[in-house]
Amino acid sequence: MKINLNWSEFLITRLIKVSGYSAIIFVGLIFVFLVMEGFPALLEVPLGKLIGTRWYPIEEHFGILPLVGGSLIVTIGAAMFAIPIGIGTALFISEVSPRWARDILKPLVEMLGGLPSVVLGFLGILILAPFLRRFLDLPTGLTALAGSILLGGISIPTIVSVAEDALDAVPRSYRDAAIALGATRWQTIWRVTLPAARSGVLTAIMLGIGRAIGETMTVMMVTGNAPVLPIGLNALFQPVRTMTATIAAEMGEVANGSTHYHVLFFIGVVLFMISLVINVTASAVVFRIKNRSERILS
Amino acid sequence: MNRWSGMQSKVRNWIAMIRNPNTSAARGMIQQFGFGLLSLVAMITVVPILAVIVYIFIQGIPAISVEFLSGFPREGMRQGGILPAIVGTFYLTLGTAVFSVPLGIGAAIYLSEYASENRWTRLIRIAIINLAGIPSVVYGLFGLGLFVLFLNLGTSILAGSLTLSIMTLPVIISTAEEALRSVPQSFRVVSISLGATRWQTIRKIILVEALPGILTGVILGLERAAGETAPILFTVAAFFLPQLPRSPLDATMALPYHLFVISTQVPGMPIKIQFGTALVLLFFVLGMNLIATTIRSRARARRQW
Repeated sequence: MKINLNWSEFLITRLIKVSGYSAIIFVGLIFVFLVMEGFPALLEVPLGKLIGTRWYPIEEHFGILPLVGGSLIVTIGAAMFAIPIGIGTALFISEVSPRWARDILKPLVEMLGGLPSVVLGFLGILILAPFLRRFLDLPTGLTALAGSILLGGISIPTIVSVAEDALDAVPRSYRDAAIALGATRWQTIWRVTLPAARSGVLTAIMLGIGRAIGETMTVMMVTGNAPVLPIGLNALFQPVRTMTATIAAEMGEVANGSTHYHVLFFIGVVLFMISLVINVTASAVVFRIKNRSERILS
Repeated sequence: MNRWSGMQSKVRNWIAMIRNPNTSAARGMIQQFGFGLLSLVAMITVVPILAVIVYIFIQGIPAISVEFLSGFPREGMRQGGILPAIVGTFYLTLGTAVFSVPLGIGAAIYLSEYASENRWTRLIRIAIINLAGIPSVVYGLFGLGLFVLFLNLGTSILAGSLTLSIMTLPVIISTAEEALRSVPQSFRVVSISLGATRWQTIRKIILVEALPGILTGVILGLERAAGETAPILFTVAAFFLPQLPRSPLDATMALPYHLFVISTQVPGMPIKIQFGTALVLLFFVLGMNLIATTIRSRARARRQW
């Protein structure tokens, strides 16, 4: 009986350990499969053409620059909305609002994070795009701007929750000291609390931007799907197409193993690398904060 | 005359404040203005969320009927119901749970109860953060490459559930770990000192105490799986199927994909059906969200340690 018990305990401990390491295994697997299917693109399409400005797969034009540009402009637009609004909301929740308001606001913001992106895209097509078309007098409302507004909305919850955590982690004594020295609460927020939480707030911004770059359905539905290289700020008011939307829109219709298929996987590798860089940097910041506070405490 | 000079002095006060913003009156004014601005910004975040939910509810309610919820699409999806999509999303969520719940909770137990803080543990944490950040369409590509083609599962509920479960893993792991860690150390010490083994302690004490927190994490993870479209595009989703899926190896319709299809791919789609579908999807997702938050707040209120 005793041996039996130890045996099962041994087995379970092993299983738990394996599932502990599963995250590493999956990241590795994802990378391997993306590269396996995406790498042949480099052999089949000359690099000069791959970094070209024309995306027209039917005629074997696989220049991914218009798609990268599309992702960039939509993401920059989204950041312009999401960063000030997200950080402002985080400041309001953590520093200004009374407790009851916080208890209402936090779940609501979480709820925004849970709204399916396809629902936002649906409303984008139905309401936002026609509104933008009439309001700005554009030929079509399905533009980078529409994508930016919705993506901003999608990345706000990420920014709010990470930034709010960072602001919350600033020790009370910092604020008390500032107030005791005669600063107003407003001055304390800008000159003490926010600077003290800056690395966490930066992480929040990075993760929010990562969320925006990776978002697929909403941008596919509302940005008009025109793979033209966007140049200048004016491009915000024109249709564009992002990397994610291209994969989603075209993968269903390509033959497995064709050049087009490989190039779409190659774009997937690019997206994977972008999110890897963003998240490794963000987690490095997280670990650094922890180390610093541990050093201060000891 | 009197009014004029009053205004003049007011303006003079303003200019003085701007010139010398360090007087306490000026600082109070700035603070008031700033707090007002911040609350306005918070309103900008929150009001559209409520507006979206209320709007979809109002527009979608007229579409909801027994036939809509229990019938098959007819006339090129322009009439009839959305039963196959509802059932498909239900199966997918269930399938995702089958894989991601044991794996996610196992990983959380490892991180909170077994792992020591070393380089490997740190690598695991970085991997989890990365999994959380990978774009959903990249999960779709991965699922297509590994499950659909390499493992030859075809476009099937199985392939879709596996893809979705890897995507939900980071949410489940991090919330479950947090829940496990919040169980006080003394519970472990007492249990071990009474002669329980480590696994007995975990199973009978720690998991039980952390259950509400873990459940919250699981539901939030599954909520994400239920609402996602991009990962199922190439792994499971079918444009239109005249019957319900009969085995895990069948393709299926799903609510988010169905909403995408009827709002972009089908011309002349009645708006009522679009809003009805959006409402059912929102009901699914926000319902799960509500259950999760309720469990969490109840557990917090009841907690005695």
